[in-house]
Amino acid sequence: MATKQSRLHIPRPTARPGDKPDFSYLELSPAGAIDKPPIESRTRDIEYLGFGLVRVLDDEHQAVGPWNPGIEPAELQVALRWMLLNREFDKRMWQIQRQGRISFYMEAAGEEAVSIAAGMALRAGDMCFPSYRNQGLYMYRGVKLVDMMCQCLSNTRDMCKGRQLPIMYHSARANMFSISGNLATQYPHAVGWAMASAIKGEDHIAASWLGDGATAEADFHHALMFAAVYQAPVILNVVNNQWAISTFQGTAGGERRPFAARGLGLGIPGIRVDGNDLLAVYATTLWAADRARRGGGPTLIELVTYRGGAHSTSDDPSKYRPRDEWEAFPLGDPVERLKNHLIALGRWSDAKHEKLVDELKSEVTAAWKEAQQYGTMTEGPFLDPATMFDDVYAETPHHLEAQRRRMIQVEASNGDGSGRTP
Amino acid sequence: MAQMNMIEAIRSAHDVVMDRDPSVIVMGQDVGYFGGVFRCTDGLQRKYGEHRVIDAPIAEGGIIGAAIGMGVNGLRPVAEIQFADYIYPGFDQVVSELARLRYRSCGEFDSPVTIRTPCGGGIRGGQTHSQSPEAIFAHVSGIMTVMPSNPYDAKGLLIASIESDDPVVFFEPKRIYNGPFDGDPDKPAVSWAAHEKGEVPEGHYTVPLGKAEVVRSGSELTIITYGTLVHVAVAAAEATGVDCEIIDLRTIAPLDTDTMAASVDKTGRCLVAHEATRFAGFGAEIAARVQKESFWNLEAPVGRIAGWDTPYPHAFEWQYFPGKKRMMAGIRSMMEIE
Repeated sequence: MATKQSRLHIPRPTARPGDKPDFSYLELSPAGAIDKPPIESRTRDIEYLGFGLVRVLDDEHQAVGPWNPGIEPAELQVALRWMLLNREFDKRMWQIQRQGRISFYMEAAGEEAVSIAAGMALRAGDMCFPSYRNQGLYMYRGVKLVDMMCQCLSNTRDMCKGRQLPIMYHSARANMFSISGNLATQYPHAVGWAMASAIKGEDHIAASWLGDGATAEADFHHALMFAAVYQAPVILNVVNNQWAISTFQGTAGGERRPFAARGLGLGIPGIRVDGNDLLAVYATTLWAADRARRGGGPTLIELVTYRGGAHSTSDDPSKYRPRDEWEAFPLGDPVERLKNHLIALGRWSDAKHEKLVDELKSEVTAAWKEAQQYGTMTEGPFLDPATMFDDVYAETPHHLEAQRRRMIQVEASNGDGSGRTP
Repeated sequence: MAQMNMIEAIRSAHDVVMDRDPSVIVMGQDVGYFGGVFRCTDGLQRKYGEHRVIDAPIAEGGIIGAAIGMGVNGLRPVAEIQFADYIYPGFDQVVSELARLRYRSCGEFDSPVTIRTPCGGGIRGGQTHSQSPEAIFAHVSGIMTVMPSNPYDAKGLLIASIESDDPVVFFEPKRIYNGPFDGDPDKPAVSWAAHEKGEVPEGHYTVPLGKAEVVRSGSELTIITYGTLVHVAVAAAEATGVDCEIIDLRTIAPLDTDTMAASVDKTGRCLVAHEATRFAGFGAEIAARVQKESFWNLEAPVGRIAGWDTPYPHAFEWQYFPGKKRMMAGIRSMMEIE
């Protein structure tokens, strides 16, 4: 029986391929319109933060309102450089994947402010539990481009020794946690890490990121529960880029209330922020970090942005959303917006911008040249496959040593059954 | 030395380790003020405070997930899951995160979490308080899977687990918390007081992970088992008069294959026994290893005694549980094969 109409609500995006992009569902606030409360505020008194949209950059590219963090233009130029580096790195790695030289890639186009602003607002001793689109945060916190490329190549300098898909980086030195690949699992880790920090009497905080789609996972709810119960010093970021592969944010429950309001039932304040406004993201992150550091507990931040590219190199968004949707996104492009702000301040120009982009392209090219020296998928040097048995346990147990020996023996043979039985 | 039942031994293990190492913390449902529904953490919160013995919300995935994060930040968490039957909401955190963190980050990150959880039946617990899911965890590389069968081993293995830099899932057969159980439900319960393994040192010691123990020497048949069924096997062996060598694995993964092979090479016959369901149970791995390592010394196919391949039925617990009768029948049938 075909059901034409039922009382069941099936969420549908406002536009599919061929339709005119329609962001009428996106509730916006003018820049500067949302009050900035003291960090000591009770959650119940600041619920409005979860429903408005904190913005600093206005339509005339000026920084306005109570959330304006007053960052020096020279520092904003540095921020712009990081965002552009993230973008140029992604563009190159995407091409490299398309040329078949790496197996997989994920770009952060349109979401660069999320990582770079957080990088600026957090301290080196704070621990980050990133999602797979936070490569900008790895860069900002000191992971070298060549090391990230070597990871994507699974070559002899790969930090993951060939064990992880491209982009699943980690860096203990940078306090950047290992990316899992399973969604939302890092959220309760961030909360536990933050709880441990508080137990130890330290003032380091933790921060984590996931997408709008991943908020549906149980781990999201577990994390919020534990963060609320123990008032863990943690910032929980929901990067609402409108799309979880082909399902729009309504499929994750975004139609009813903003993701920022998800914590209110537990007493966790939520801030809905313009994720493409580096100044606003910086200011809200700093507010939440100060609050957490002073014992005020967790904050949930929803960063409203747009996934400018495909979900991954394995995805084709033209099959499920209008091709020109990004251009119609009302919050624009974070790189363009910061660039225009700096130009409005008289501290930047198109010419300088083009020159910077060229410099960054060269930097990426140089890193790629260097990375290939450590091996590619087709040309050596190659990783020793015998290392696959390392690090399963702190000390390799006998059965894994036996399997390692067997693997080496079989690889060296012609499959002729030489040696012992399997 | 002191007389301890398994609950007291487990409590003592916590106490000893928490006293030596301030990074050890305990988290779980009802573990704090109340001291655990089985009393295994009784008194620890009073002694070590609310920041080290933490009552958790009823969210197993959250308990394990948060424990992993604590471990990454330098603590050594012991997470209690109130019943092994309740562990599944946390399964992804165990399999995808806890077990693989060291591997995927090439040792840059690890989290030495110990997950303690009571398992097994024989307590009228029905299908949600009786399961033995050890094989599911043994299948996952990167974690160790442990199941003690007596107070002495429970304390020593738990201390070793907490002190291990690898994550451990530590199963506690709840039927033998208060006394050994020979598999005959009609006999009165006995305490650990009369059992030599109820003598437990009060201080620090370890029982090594990954090492099985021969609990009874024999020449005719090797019984490889663990947990509650160790005691059932001992009683059944005595009752049949067959000279059985009984191996208590203690650690299920990594598996002590040397002890297994040495015994089966000697006896020529092997019966594997566990309470969990048989199909794709851990006994299958044991049987495969035994036939591989001891094939030319085997005089009979490897036999298996296990729970039936059904959920654990409340009213038919003693028909389900592989008790003394089934073990005796299994031993006798192994000896009938020429």
